[in-house]
Amino acid sequence: MTEHVVPVRVYVTIFGVLMALTAVTVMVAFVDLGPLNSVMALTIAVLKATLVVLFFMHAKYSPRLTQLVIAGGLLWLVILLSLTFSDYLTRHLLTYG
Amino acid sequence: MSPESTAGVPRAHVLAHHFESLEAQQQAATLGMWIFLVTEVLFFGGALAAYAVYRGWYPEAFAAASHELDIVLGTTNTAILITSSLTMALAVHAAQLGARTKLLALLGATALLGAAFLGIKIVEYAHKFTEGHVPGPGFMFAAEHVAHAQVFFSMYFVLTGLHALHMVVGLGVLAWMMVWAWNGRITREYASPVEISGLYWHFVDIVWIFLFPLLYLIGRHPGA
Repeated sequence: MTEHVVPVRVYVTIFGVLMALTAVTVMVAFVDLGPLNSVMALTIAVLKATLVVLFFMHAKYSPRLTQLVIAGGLLWLVILLSLTFSDYLTRHLLTYG
Repeated sequence: MSPESTAGVPRAHVLAHHFESLEAQQQAATLGMWIFLVTEVLFFGGALAAYAVYRGWYPEAFAAASHELDIVLGTTNTAILITSSLTMALAVHAAQLGARTKLLALLGATALLGAAFLGIKIVEYAHKFTEGHVPGPGFMFAAEHVAHAQVFFSMYFVLTGLHALHMVVGLGVLAWMMVWAWNGRITREYASPVEISGLYWHFVDIVWIFLFPLLYLIGRHPGA
């Protein structure tokens, strides 16, 4: 077959990074950073998800068409989230009477 | 080495008539699975957006309710799922190399880790029932937050329940792949069923990667 066979070393390295990031996100949660706690937790989650998609799910080695579908899916997710929050996060800016 | 000689199942049985080659078939299968996963991203994306809106409305109650979740069990389950993603990735690797015994062992290990995750989830759910944290008439919580904490636990059960349902489906897919690996249907040339099963399993891992911090970690300190 022609699909890319990813070396075991890559999988094990990514696994190590994912475990380390899990430890970091748990430790950071016990430190009071104010609003930055949520930012940190979500940034680490996005980083972990990106590693899983790129290496465990082979997106890095996939044909351009597959990569385009993944990017298209993320674009729709961004539309979903940004339109939702453009409403809910801005309601307090409006005062009626 | 002709394809017919490498497998218990002849090539004609794994190459559908409308594909020119196994390679084209493999790419189409992968693309199809990704398109399905994109719909799943938007499905969970909508549920997480709803969670975020309520959390924005009731931050104190959500932090207090989140504090009731067991962070040790949550972290353990996160580690279990990440490990299961590693064994799944290695199973795909074994399938691509045509290593049948290794493939069976790694699929089995992935399934065991998935079952362990669900077992811990059952323990957590049981705690919720004994502590009165299940939304409904018997719901109990500190009086100041009782109404909004109930919203948190509703979201908790919907989000983790949908995730657990996906895990159960994943275990079914793994069992199916183990049967195919066992009877020699999965070969070096025809590894794509294991590959796309792997895509699904990793996706379910990603959902948990977001659920864990959002549900378990937001209420750890007074400033949350």
